[in-house]
Amino acid sequence: MSEYLKPVPIQKKFFTPGVIVLCIVAFNGLVFLAARFLFGIGSVTNLDNQYPWGIWIGIDVAAGVALAAGGFTSAALGHIMYREHFHSIVRPALLTAMLGYTFVAIGVFVDIGRWYYIWHPLIMWNGNSALFEVGICVMMYVTVLYIEFLPVVTERFLGKVNFKGFLSLLNKPLEKLLRILDKTLTKTIFIFIILGVVLSTLHQSSLGTLMVIAGEKMHPLWQTPVLPLLFLLSAISVGFPMVIFESMTASKSLGLKQEMEVLTPLGYTIAPLLGIYLAFKIGDMFIRETFVYLYELNTASIMFTIEVVVGIVIPLRMFLSKKVLKTPSLLFTASALVIFGVLLNRINNFVVAYTPPYSYGSYFPSIGEISVTVGFVALLVLLYRIIVLNFPVISLPDKKFAIKTKYTIKG
Amino acid sequence: MEKQSRRNFFKTAGLLTATIAGTPTKTAKATPENILSEDRVGVLVDTTTCIGCRNCEWACRKAHELPAGELNSYEDKSVFKDMRRPDSSALTVVNQYENEKRINSPLNVKVQCMHCDHPACVSACIVGAFSKKENGSVIWDTDKCIGCRYCMVACPFQIPSFEYDKALDPEIRKCDFCFERTREGLLPACVEICPVEALTYGPRSELIKIARERIKKNPDKYFDHIYGENEVGGTSWLYLSNQDLTKTKALPKLNDKTAPGVSESIQHGIFAYFVPPASLYALLAGIMWLNKKKKETSEGE
Repeated sequence: MSEYLKPVPIQKKFFTPGVIVLCIVAFNGLVFLAARFLFGIGSVTNLDNQYPWGIWIGIDVAAGVALAAGGFTSAALGHIMYREHFHSIVRPALLTAMLGYTFVAIGVFVDIGRWYYIWHPLIMWNGNSALFEVGICVMMYVTVLYIEFLPVVTERFLGKVNFKGFLSLLNKPLEKLLRILDKTLTKTIFIFIILGVVLSTLHQSSLGTLMVIAGEKMHPLWQTPVLPLLFLLSAISVGFPMVIFESMTASKSLGLKQEMEVLTPLGYTIAPLLGIYLAFKIGDMFIRETFVYLYELNTASIMFTIEVVVGIVIPLRMFLSKKVLKTPSLLFTASALVIFGVLLNRINNFVVAYTPPYSYGSYFPSIGEISVTVGFVALLVLLYRIIVLNFPVISLPDKKFAIKTKYTIKG
Repeated sequence: MEKQSRRNFFKTAGLLTATIAGTPTKTAKATPENILSEDRVGVLVDTTTCIGCRNCEWACRKAHELPAGELNSYEDKSVFKDMRRPDSSALTVVNQYENEKRINSPLNVKVQCMHCDHPACVSACIVGAFSKKENGSVIWDTDKCIGCRYCMVACPFQIPSFEYDKALDPEIRKCDFCFERTREGLLPACVEICPVEALTYGPRSELIKIARERIKKNPDKYFDHIYGENEVGGTSWLYLSNQDLTKTKALPKLNDKTAPGVSESIQHGIFAYFVPPASLYALLAGIMWLNKKKKETSEGE
């Protein structure tokens, strides 16, 4: 089927009422962001010496990395496992990952106190530091994602470079450059695709190692030496739900047909992945006997229960049902639950589980922190829209082939 | 996908178990400077002697060029109403607690960086700005710092502080064990000013002997535990008291395992001279090649 699908720029106007709302949300975030850079982190956030990390790390960075996992899982499925049937999801997933990681990098930039020294880890190494590992891996992976996206750009402009006026002198050399780039990329892209998957497994897990050093400051329901493994497994299991969620949202917003013929088979892979994650999570809980903490009723036990039941068990049951996989609304709900579960898990690990030894009071994100985080999400969605309207990312049935074959699924 | 992810997963699972099971904390080698010297110094804090005069707070501020005010303003006891923590304007603070053994005289506990033998901050710092010096002090290089505050997340005593209200050049600050002063042969400012000799400065090994002797001589006066001797693998600062300081929450209850131990074993296990990442790369490349070839032959037929 995939042969008849071709990535094209979507013909649709940019502004809709929803887009205007997103613009307002994004602008609101940028206002608070300006305050952060003008008056310091303390002026906008509720962070202090007891709670050094808040939602900018928990959501913007940690959850951002996890939810961008669709990029490497679909690259692994489409290119490494070479399932051509799924090729149409690779580009949208790649775009989400590229934008997701860009905002992770921006999130780090915003959260660190001396943002102008963000390049320091490149030359000042500390191999013992999990954060150093995450930092370097993310920097490399962002580069790889941009390289992986380059073919989309060359495809868009190849043979279409047409400047007017004196700039027209540039047309020929630019066209030549694009051609060389396109040729080299076709031959070497597989190196970057594999590199992307390797880098992802590395930093997805190292992100889990980050909190291990907090030791007893972290609630035992989450603090475990297998945290890196749990982070990797949850990232792998949230990859495809994220692809489904994003594909269905985009189709709805752009008035396209839902790609159920690709999404349903993709949905089949989720239950086993979620199952493995759940098995390790529960197994870890029983080996360390941390279930005793579930008997007490407090924020930690409630959050843990929601995370496991709503975020893993219920969607796992849903993904096991064929009816769910074939019904768009149910498939969407199940995917959204997995995403919610992983998002909550990252918030739990970085924010809820963290209790400093001398806490007087607890941390709750300020309006400024929430505004910036939500604003970034809005900006990301807007950028996604701009790019799919102008670049060949989303695949549509190719008319030339559609005439030759009976295209019956359309509807 | 299933097959591939399972392989991945076994690999990581195997790796993790292997590393967690093996290699304990001996691999904790950061920079060459982070070698534990036998002659490293420390301070023994005897909370049974401390009168809560807070002169150490004043001296510390003076020595670190922080706004200190007049020495007699420190006689104000009202600050003891709230529990205070060291921050960027005070690298050490004295807190007062109820004394469960002697109701009428309160328990005063000075807190500052403990200068761990296996510091979590040194291990955590993304740019390696922190280092453990030969004399035992844990210091840092502000010029390297990017302000990520991971040291604060990592520190088991919650000591490093950050200047949240500064838009440019906010600094991480904590007690530096008066590194510059001791290098010139001076005593740490707080030790020098202490009027009742509640603070004893000297080689850590000697301090432990002294502490043991004090407990032995006055078993009724002292709670039989030297805080910092073994906590998180040992600290340069040691505490003696008439009661369990972790019960009053003056100091956190910690076990003897070094703070960065588990994290570093995992970290070095995943990397191990880049062998695991490189083999994962090779494995994936192999799978990719096989799948592509399979596809091509099936198309060729």
